[in-house]
Amino acid sequence: MNAVTEPLLDVQALTMNFGGLTALDQVSLQVHPGEVAALIGPNGAGKTTFFNCVTGIYRPSGGDIFVNPPGKRRRRLNGMKTHQVTAQGLARTFQNIRLFQKMTVLENVMIGRHCRTRSGVLGAVLRDPQTRREEREIVERSYAILEKIGLAGEVNELAMNLPYGDQRRLEIARAMATDPFLILLDEPAAGMNPRETDALEVLIRRICDEEGIAVLLIEHDMRMVMSISNRIHVLDYGKKIATGTVAEICENPVVIKAYLGEETEE
Amino acid sequence: MTAIAQIRQSLIVALWFMFLTFPILVIRVNTIENIIEWRWVNMLYAGAGSFLGSFAWRYLLERKSRAAGKDGGPVRTAEATAAEAKPWWRRLREERQYRYPALSVLAVVATIFPFLPFTSTYQINIVTNALLYVMLGLGLNIVVGLAGLLHLGYVAFYAVGAYSYALLHYHFGIGFWTALPLGALLATLFGILLGFPVLRLRGDYLAIVTLGFAEITRLVLENWNEFSFGPSGIAGIPRPGLFGLEMDLHGATIYFYFLMIALCLLTIFVVNRLQNSRIGRAWVALREDETACEAMGVNATAAKLTAFALGSTWAGLAGVVFAAKTTFVNPASFTFLESAMILSIVVLGGMGSILGVILGAFILILTPEYLRAFSEYRMLLFGLIMVMMMIFRPQGIVKGERRIYEFHRKPEDRE
Ligand SMILES: Nc1ncnc2c1ncn2[C@@H]1O[C@H](COP(=O)(O)OP(=O)(O)OP(=O)(O)O)[C@@H](O)[C@H]1O
Ligand SMILES: [Mg+2]
Repeated sequence: MNAVTEPLLDVQALTMNFGGLTALDQVSLQVHPGEVAALIGPNGAGKTTFFNCVTGIYRPSGGDIFVNPPGKRRRRLNGMKTHQVTAQGLARTFQNIRLFQKMTVLENVMIGRHCRTRSGVLGAVLRDPQTRREEREIVERSYAILEKIGLAGEVNELAMNLPYGDQRRLEIARAMATDPFLILLDEPAAGMNPRETDALEVLIRRICDEEGIAVLLIEHDMRMVMSISNRIHVLDYGKKIATGTVAEICENPVVIKAYLGEETEE
Repeated sequence: MTAIAQIRQSLIVALWFMFLTFPILVIRVNTIENIIEWRWVNMLYAGAGSFLGSFAWRYLLERKSRAAGKDGGPVRTAEATAAEAKPWWRRLREERQYRYPALSVLAVVATIFPFLPFTSTYQINIVTNALLYVMLGLGLNIVVGLAGLLHLGYVAFYAVGAYSYALLHYHFGIGFWTALPLGALLATLFGILLGFPVLRLRGDYLAIVTLGFAEITRLVLENWNEFSFGPSGIAGIPRPGLFGLEMDLHGATIYFYFLMIALCLLTIFVVNRLQNSRIGRAWVALREDETACEAMGVNATAAKLTAFALGSTWAGLAGVVFAAKTTFVNPASFTFLESAMILSIVVLGGMGSILGVILGAFILILTPEYLRAFSEYRMLLFGLIMVMMMIFRPQGIVKGERRIYEFHRKPEDRE
């Protein structure tokens, strides 16, 4: 197997039980380099649970999660803590925005640089040249990311004062600051107006094409999913019911049934 | 609410109050002459007092809700933010033409204060005491204000510092300057030891466990006679020396005052550098949202442990200083009330704000001293001030502010 065909994220038979409820049932899913993949499904299908399992927030009941970071060897993520998963190169955003409300926009992004920098308490107190250089690097990288995202005008504003759409974009900026190879977006367009959604679509495409970061996104806005995704995975009641290109998914009778509900057979 | 309605409401309150207090304030049975005295004047006072009180209360509450409504909306334009009047502490902190004169005046006042003709040893002593609480407050501010860990057992580490010095001196004759780093180190180790099992708990649970730990520490000190000499404590702890110089009591007090100023400056310096560093930002992020913080690659356990340990270091330092100041330690100095006091300093002053914590310490420590004139109402007034503060200014005297970064280059200058 050569490096090109290896999937970045390779999830095999992932299962998650909450007491008697099986939120994820043997879900296998791959995300490949350079692609924007979408994870769709009706409410409560287990999409967010999937993200939480992959990023170590939940401990899966079964299955394996592997990553193949570009230029590094294959790693198994099961049992890793959330911050270790992020350090591997998987970053995420949250369905219900979770910014650091009382920190500035710039600082929110600067937190993302935490796992790529080293200085500790002694460095902070002494401010030696090494620490100062690192601090400057953090500020400049974070600012550059905010410029790309289009939030450079608000660097010193508190995150809580941003309009809703900007808050969602700030979450993406913050995730990008961790230098990921794959970014997991949980309903990035939720609550956005059509104009904002279009801008977001352009942004996600750019993250993938220009920054070389693959994207796996959960989204209910089908217009956006259809126009942006290279591949779509469909979950229903915790089971993966389909995988394919946009055209394949649109015609898949199982998917249509899942979305439109059980049709009365004649 | 209109002014008329407010006045009517206040009138009703006043009438009700007059009715309620009628039996105690107006009627007095004179048992000697067997007559009833009617003191109608008191009723007038009660009525006027409650009317004014109620009116002021309503006015302040209304002002508060109006202020909240103003910046309640999420969308704020840049002009609106800029046009908003800067609070005085921000002007002091950010604008050079205010900042340096203010600091110089403060430095001069602090320097000449002990030598002024009307400053007594007692006054220097209470200011020194307030400075000690500045140190404790700033230390706890790292844990509570920055990292957001509700720590109710801070006094345990204060005790570790104090007893370190007392016991090290008793057994090995170790002096203040050696005991200072040793006490801090021991308190830090203690903090790490406690922190490991405890810091996986969140919020209220952490508060209860730290509270329990502090009580255990105090009970051990009280009951383990062979180790800590029980409730009678350890006396005869020497004050810090100054190159073997002999000093009278007043001189020693002044020396201690300056020592405390130096230690406070060191604390301010360190905390100030920490709070805008990589680790300080991680603490604040942790306080804001632990799950998101971890998802951004911050090792929450390590960050919490660092905050906890550093907070303990400062409690240890302050403990050694306390032992040297009072020349006597016993467990009675380390009750829960002390933890509560330090926590109040942080909350009242403003969580995460250095200036706020300093002001908080001075207000909370000096007010009771100067309220001695009202001796029996002292604690009542103190309580009242605290309640009023929390209702009208829950964010503390000075709100913790985040650092502002300036970017002068324009986007098109970048290649
Ligand atoms: N921590 C938890 N404990 C118990 N049940 C949970 C937990 N988290 C999720 N679930 C359950 O798992 C199922 C899947 O939830 P999940 O949040 O993953 O859905 P989703 O696909 O993200 O839905 P939506 O589109 O509404 O966001 C739901 O039935 C939910 O109630
Ligand atoms: Mg969801």
